[in-house]
Amino acid sequence: MDTFGIWVAAFLTLGIISFLYRDNPWYKVCESIFVGISAGYWFVTLFYDNILGLFWRGVTSPDPHYMLLVGAVLGFMMLLRLVPPIGWISRWPLAFVVGATAGLYIINYFSSNVMLQVQSTLAPLFSTKFGQPIFEASLYDTIGNLVIAGGTFTGLVYFFFSKEHKGVFGGAARIGIWTIMITFGASFGYTVMSRMSLLIGRMEFIFGDWLRLIR
Amino acid sequence: MRREVPLIITAVVGVIFVIQYFIPHAPFNQFNSWFSDWFAIIGACAIWLGALNLMRISADKIYRRRSGWGYAAIIIASFLLIATIGFAGGSQFRDPGTGFDWLYTWVYSPLSATMFALLAFFVASASYRAFRARNLEATLLLLAAFFVMIGRVPVGDAIGSFIHLPESLMPSKITIWIMGFINSAGQRAIMIGIALGIVSTSLRIILGIERSYLGGD
Repeated sequence: MDTFGIWVAAFLTLGIISFLYRDNPWYKVCESIFVGISAGYWFVTLFYDNILGLFWRGVTSPDPHYMLLVGAVLGFMMLLRLVPPIGWISRWPLAFVVGATAGLYIINYFSSNVMLQVQSTLAPLFSTKFGQPIFEASLYDTIGNLVIAGGTFTGLVYFFFSKEHKGVFGGAARIGIWTIMITFGASFGYTVMSRMSLLIGRMEFIFGDWLRLIR
Repeated sequence: MRREVPLIITAVVGVIFVIQYFIPHAPFNQFNSWFSDWFAIIGACAIWLGALNLMRISADKIYRRRSGWGYAAIIIASFLLIATIGFAGGSQFRDPGTGFDWLYTWVYSPLSATMFALLAFFVASASYRAFRARNLEATLLLLAAFFVMIGRVPVGDAIGSFIHLPESLMPSKITIWIMGFINSAGQRAIMIGIALGIVSTSLRIILGIERSYLGGD
């Protein structure tokens, strides 16, 4: 069965890679299989995990959680989107999701992405931590601390569009855009390397598992 | 009814989620638990909605014999195959050795990994066209990407040794410095900017100023 599986996986892998030549029927078949299988995979998994596992077991347990019925009703309302005359009812569960996400994000993002990041940036420049003597940090760390503090501040200045980027403010914004461009470059390089490692994995499968040309 | 009720639901749920951070006691902590469960059930139904809509659109394409209807038939057949096998397998549907597990291992995983691997070629092709050192900003982006890529493979330091670079200027060391300091500074600025934007947008949503998620009518 595994041998058959390897051949199926090789057929599908080569089908997707064939897109590099041009859009072709083999690629489209593999793409359609991917779409159908992905939809079906999540359809089944979420049924067992969330609907059967969370809702049904919760309601039918010896200590039933009847509040789960509210979630089920909201979920059912979401599915009514498929019935155009009463599709507007799906706005109710959508409003719940939007409201919950908004409420959750206000505090979560403010505490983790603003407060914690600011706290981490407000660190001693010339020592490794608070309480240590000045110039205790190495030159490497000192330059790094200056880059982090200056880069974060100037990066934020660049994102401040309520004031024209002129004079000292414009100079800071210019340093900010340099920092951000280096960040984008680093993120780009990082992404390329992760995609490359996926590609190497597929090539190992083709030439190793399937063709057995490499061991 | 069509717009007012959703606005009230959004406001009430949003305010309760904010309050429960400040008053983590009954009844607000109980609301948090209920809302999390409801969120998971609605999320599952939203995925079901997407899958069923995909089936409806694909079936319509086949019925009307629109261009590419054969591929729509493959989508439906693939969906029905994995759904039937999954539901027939019962609650142990994804255990090793089941048909669902076989489809996941030999169909879903290879297709998913290859789809993402394909992006490597597109990224390479796009960077060939876009990465021109036309100005200082573009040059900085180009150099950062170059050092991060070359510094993460053994050949980077091999080249450094070949041209007798000092240890501190080896590509791997430059990569660590870029990722640890300049990248951290840039990411922080971006994260703080995004977070402030999310907080203000969330407030607008809870207060009913931002209503675009309700759509038209």
